Amino acid sequence: MSQINRLKGGQIDRSQTLNFTFDGKFFQGHAGDTLASALLANDVRLMGRSFKYHRPRGVLTAGSEEPNAIMELRDGARQEPNTRATTAELFDGLTAKSQNKIGSLRFDLMAINDRFSNFLTAGFYYKTFMWPAAFWEKVYEPIIRKAAGLGSISFQDDPDDYDRGFLHCDLLIIGAGPAGLAAALTAGRAGAQVILADEDYTLGGRLNSERFSLTDQSGAEWAAKTVAELNSLPNVRVMARATILGAFDHGIYGALERVSDHLAVPAAGKPRQILWRIYTKRSLLCAGATERPIAFENNDRPGIMLAGAMRSYANRWAVTAAQNVAVFTNNDDGHKTAADLHAAGVNVAAVIDIRHDAPKSQDYEVIAGGQVTNSRGRLGLTSVQVSLPDGSTRNLPCGALGVSGGWNPNVHLTSHHRGRPVWNDEIAAFCPPKDGPAGLSVAGAALGLFTTAAALTCGASQANAILKDLGIKQTNVNLPKAEDTLANMTPFWYVKGCSRAWLDQQNDVTVKDVKLSHQENFISVEHLKRYTTLGMATDQGKTSNMGGLAIMAELTGKTIPEVGTTIFRPPYTPTAIGAFAGRDRGTDFRPTRKTPSQKWAEEQGAVFVEVGMWLRAQWFPQAGETHWRQSVDREVLATRKSVGICDVTTLGKIDVQGADAVTFLNKIYCNAFAKLAVGKTRYGLMLREDGIAMDDGTAARLADDHFVVTTTTANAVSVFRHMEFARQCLWPDFDVQLISTTEAWAQYAVAGPNARNLLQKIVDPEFDLSNDGFPFMACANVTVCGGLRARLFRISFSGELAYEIAVPTRYGDAMIRRLMQAGEEFDAVPYGTEALGVMRIEKGHAAGNELNGTTSAVNLGMGRMVSKKKDSIGSTLSERSGLNTDDALKLVGLRPVDPKNPVPAGSHLMTKGDPVDAAHDQGYVTSACYSPNLGYCIALAYIKSGDSREGEIMRLVSPLTGFDHEVEVVSAHFIDPEGERLRA
Amino acid sequence: MRWKSSALISLIPKGNVCVHNLTAITALGSTEPRTDKHGPITLSEEAGYALASVAARKGGERATNLAIRRLIGPTAPKPGHVAGDKVTAFWSGPDQWILEAPYDSHETLFAQATAEVKGKASVTEQTSGWCRFDLHGVGLAAVLERLCAINMTTFQPGDATRSSIDHLGCFVVCRTLEHISILGPRSSAASLHHSLLTAMRSAY
Repeated sequence: MSQINRLKGGQIDRSQTLNFTFDGKFFQGHAGDTLASALLANDVRLMGRSFKYHRPRGVLTAGSEEPNAIMELRDGARQEPNTRATTAELFDGLTAKSQNKIGSLRFDLMAINDRFSNFLTAGFYYKTFMWPAAFWEKVYEPIIRKAAGLGSISFQDDPDDYDRGFLHCDLLIIGAGPAGLAAALTAGRAGAQVILADEDYTLGGRLNSERFSLTDQSGAEWAAKTVAELNSLPNVRVMARATILGAFDHGIYGALERVSDHLAVPAAGKPRQILWRIYTKRSLLCAGATERPIAFENNDRPGIMLAGAMRSYANRWAVTAAQNVAVFTNNDDGHKTAADLHAAGVNVAAVIDIRHDAPKSQDYEVIAGGQVTNSRGRLGLTSVQVSLPDGSTRNLPCGALGVSGGWNPNVHLTSHHRGRPVWNDEIAAFCPPKDGPAGLSVAGAALGLFTTAAALTCGASQANAILKDLGIKQTNVNLPKAEDTLANMTPFWYVKGCSRAWLDQQNDVTVKDVKLSHQENFISVEHLKRYTTLGMATDQGKTSNMGGLAIMAELTGKTIPEVGTTIFRPPYTPTAIGAFAGRDRGTDFRPTRKTPSQKWAEEQGAVFVEVGMWLRAQWFPQAGETHWRQSVDREVLATRKSVGICDVTTLGKIDVQGADAVTFLNKIYCNAFAKLAVGKTRYGLMLREDGIAMDDGTAARLADDHFVVTTTTANAVSVFRHMEFARQCLWPDFDVQLISTTEAWAQYAVAGPNARNLLQKIVDPEFDLSNDGFPFMACANVTVCGGLRARLFRISFSGELAYEIAVPTRYGDAMIRRLMQAGEEFDAVPYGTEALGVMRIEKGHAAGNELNGTTSAVNLGMGRMVSKKKDSIGSTLSERSGLNTDDALKLVGLRPVDPKNPVPAGSHLMTKGDPVDAAHDQGYVTSACYSPNLGYCIALAYIKSGDSREGEIMRLVSPLTGFDHEVEVVSAHFIDPEGERLRA
Repeated sequence: MRWKSSALISLIPKGNVCVHNLTAITALGSTEPRTDKHGPITLSEEAGYALASVAARKGGERATNLAIRRLIGPTAPKPGHVAGDKVTAFWSGPDQWILEAPYDSHETLFAQATAEVKGKASVTEQTSGWCRFDLHGVGLAAVLERLCAINMTTFQPGDATRSSIDHLGCFVVCRTLEHISILGPRSSAASLHHSLLTAMRSAY
C-alpha cells in the first residue's frame, strides 16, 4: 500500500516497514509511527464514530489528550478497547478495529442518532426515562447499559503479566520536554537522584514537533543528545513510556510504565506494564500544554484537527492529513503550522485568522478577520465555509483544517490534592494553583511559559531551587539558545451563531448543550459537567473544558475565572485495571500458607480447603469412597474407635515470656490464670473491650515466666495484634515479650482411645505418658524419636483422649510420616478439617461459628468463667445489663425429632404454636453436621434461655430453603458429656 | 485399613526407642535446597541456618546488648542493621534482635543465647519459623525494587530491614551489594519463591 500522505524528513525509521491492519484492511507504516500517523500517511482520516451521535471522526490531536481516534487493538485475549491511536506505537502485525458502530465504519447504522439530535440533547436520559416507573428495570436500564461504553472486551483472561515496583528519588521530573530535560540535566549533573518520566516513547516533547533550532542543532537532536547524557549518569533514571498517573500523599507518585505495549507479545517473563510507586523528596511538573480548539458548526469532521497536532504529524512523523490544508487560528502559533506544512510541500489553501491584524505570508493566503463558520464532507473534510470580514462567505476546499485556539497548561497533577487552578489573563488559561501537592513545583509550558527559551530557563532554575532546598550543590548548565517569541493571541472560543459545534468530541457535547444547561439553570461548573457530561470520559476533557467554561461565562455574564473550573483526579490517562492488580491475580491473588504435612497429604490424595491463606486437608478420600461424607464419617468413626491424626499447625501460637507474663495473661483472658501451675494448660476465653467474646484457645505454662498461647486459626493474627497493643499501649510497664511461633512448630493432634499407645512409640521413654504422669491438660517439653526436641500438650478438641505434639517445622513432614507408620498397628487414620468439625460439634465445643463477633461468655454458657476477682479486658462491659438479660441466648444442642431430617446451620427456631416471624424468633443454628456416631444430624444453636429449655420441641424454620420441621433441644455435649474419655 | 506410608523415614530400633533420624525437609518441601538462575541473578534457598529471637526484658537492655556482642562479636546492631560474622544478628524491634548462625554448628542457637543472656532477655527458637532465600549477582536493585519499598539507592551492606513482599512480612538483609538475603514466613515459602523468580524474570 502506498503512503500517499507521507512527507520527507521526520523522525521515523524508513528502513523498517511495518505491516498492520485497520478494520481488516492492510496498511504499512514505519518504525517510529503511531497508529494514527501511519493511518494518516495512508490517507485514512475516518478512524471512529462518536459516542452519542455516531458522527464520523478522525484524529483531533497527536497525543494522549485524544478524544476521537480510540480503537480496539489486537486480537483474541489481548484485544483492548478504547486505545488511543495517537499514542499506540506501531508494530509489525498490529491489528486495529474501529469501534462504536453497527455495520461498517463508513456506513454505521447507528448514525441515525445524528438525525435525532434534537431529542438526544443534554439531560436526555433524565427527562426521557422518567415514566412509566415499571419500565426502568426491564426496559430502560438494559437499553442504557447497551448504549453506554465504547468498544468490546474479549471476555477471556488477560494473558499478560502486570508488575509493580517501588522507586525512590530526590527529584521526580514529570515530562521530558525542554523544561523537563533542562531540569534533569541540572539536577542530574549536580548528583541528585533523579527520575525523569515521560509518557512518550521518544523524549523531547514539542522539541520533536517543531522545526526551529536550539543553537546549532534541531530540537530533536538536542533532546536526543541530552537524553543520552542523562542515560549515562548513574544517578538519573530516564523512564520513557512512563505516565505519571497521579500525585498521592507524602510525595508519592504513581507511574505506569508500558514495558511491552509496543510489542506484539511481551518477551518471556516480562510484564506488559509496571505500576511504579515513586517516593520523592521533590517533584517538578514539566507536563507542557495542550492546544485548545475553536468551536464552529460541524467542527468535528475527520480532517479537522488541532494545528499543533497537524504540525507534529508533519515534522515528527512526516505525515500530512491531506495534500491541501487550511488553518483556523486566533494566535500566531497557528501560522507556524501553515509555514511548516508549506515548507514540507503541502498546499496551504489559507490561514483564517480571527484577528484583523494577523501576520501576513508570502507563501499562502491569510484571511485576516475571517472565521470558519461551517464545514462539508460526509466522511472527511472537503471544504470549509469562511466568513470574511466584509460579511460575505467563501467556500474554501481543503482536506484538513488545523485549528488553534491557544494553549492550556497541563495543570492536572497540581489538582490531585484538590488545588484549584488559577486564571491567568495573559494567556487566557488556567495555571497551576498555589496550593498544589506539597513538594511539587511546576516549570515550562505547564506553568504558562510558552516559549522554548522560557521553558529551558525555567526548568533549570526550578531544578536549582529544588537542589538548594535539598541541600545539594547547584550547577549551572549551559542551555542552548532557543526561540523566545511569545505567540500573540486573542481569546476566541467559538464562532457566534453556531449550535452543533462540538466542544467535547468524546462525549458529543455541543455549544447548544451548554446553552441548554444554562437555560435549565445548571450553571455551576460541577452541574454543567454532570448535566452535559462535558469533560468526562477517558480524555477527562483535556481538549474540551475551556470552551464550555467560556460559553457558560458568556451566558451568565461572568468572567471565566468567576465561573471557575472543575478539577482533575488520578489517573491522568486511562489505566488498565490489570496494572493496578499487578501480580495479585489468579492463584497469586494472595500468598498461600502450606502446612508441614502438605506434601504428605498431597501424596495421600487429600482434598484441600482454603482456611484464610492456609491450605488444610479437608478429608482424605480412599478408594471406593465416592462422596465426601463417606470419607468424613470413616475418619470420625476410626478416630473415636482407635486413633486419628490431624495437622493443627494452623492454630496460632504465641510465645509469651517475661516476669509479668502471668499477670499479662490474667488481664488478656477473662478467666483466671494466676494460679496455673507450670506444666499445666488451661482453656482461656478472650473478650473484646466491649465484653463480646473475641477468641478462645489454650495457654500452656512451660515455666514460671514462659507460656505458649494458642489461638484459633482464623484469629491468629488479630489476637497477636491485640496482645501487642495491650503490651505496648495498655501496660507498657509490664515485663512481657511476645513473638509468634505459629510457623516454627509443626503441631499434630493425636486423638482417640489409642492416642497414648501411639505416642508412647514416638515420645522418648524417659517421659511418662501415663494418666498419672501426664494427666489431662498437662504440657511439657519432651524429646521424640530419640532426641528431637518437642512439645507435648494433653488437650482435646474432639472429646477423646487426645494430645497435641509439636516438633520444629522442618521435621513436620517426617513426623506425620512417623506417626502414621507407628500408628499402623492401631489402624490410625489422618483426619481433615471436616472430621475435626464433626467431632467438636459432637463434643459441643464452640468454634468460629459460635464466636461470631456478636456473642458473649454468657451466650456461650461460660458466664461464670468471667472472673470477678480480677480485672481483665472486657470483664466490666460483659456485665452490661443488655448482655445479661433473663432470656439471653444460650448455646444448646439440637436433634431432629424425625432422625431423617437435617438441622441446617442458619435456620431459625420458633416456639411451637408461635407465628414464624422475626418478632417471635427464638434463636438460630450456628453449626450443624451429620454425626456418624449418633446416626442422625445434630447441631449447635443459640436459643433464648436455652439452658432451661432442654427437652423442648421447637420448630426449625428456614424461609430461605423452606425447611420447617421439629427439633428437640438437648445438651450441646452429644458425646461423652461427663468427659470420661478425655481424662482416660 | 492400614495406611501405606511411603517410607522416607525409617524407624531404626534401639532397644524400644527410635533414634532421631527424622529427615528435615526444606521450606520448599524438598530434601535439597533449590537454586534458580536467571540472567545475572542466582536465587538460592538457604535451609542451613538456625534462628533465635532475643528480646530484652525490663531493665535487661544493657545486659542483652552485651550478650549479643558476646554472641556475634561486634556491638549489637542498631535499628535497620545487621552485624556479626559466623553468628549474626539483625535488629527486629526495640531491644530485639534475630540471631542467625549455620544450622549444622548452631542447631540449638536458642539454647546458646538463653545461656548467654542469663535471664535478662527472652529467647525463642525461630529456626523453622522462617524460610530464607538469597539473591546473588550484579544488579540486585532491579529485582528488589519490583518486590518491596526499600530505597535501593541507599541500601548498603550491613543494612537489614523489615518490608512487605507480596503481602508477606519479610526481613531483607544486605550482606554485600551482590548478596541479599530475604527471610519470609516458612509456610509461604513457595509463594515467596514464586514472587522472587517473577521479579527476576521481569527485571532481566
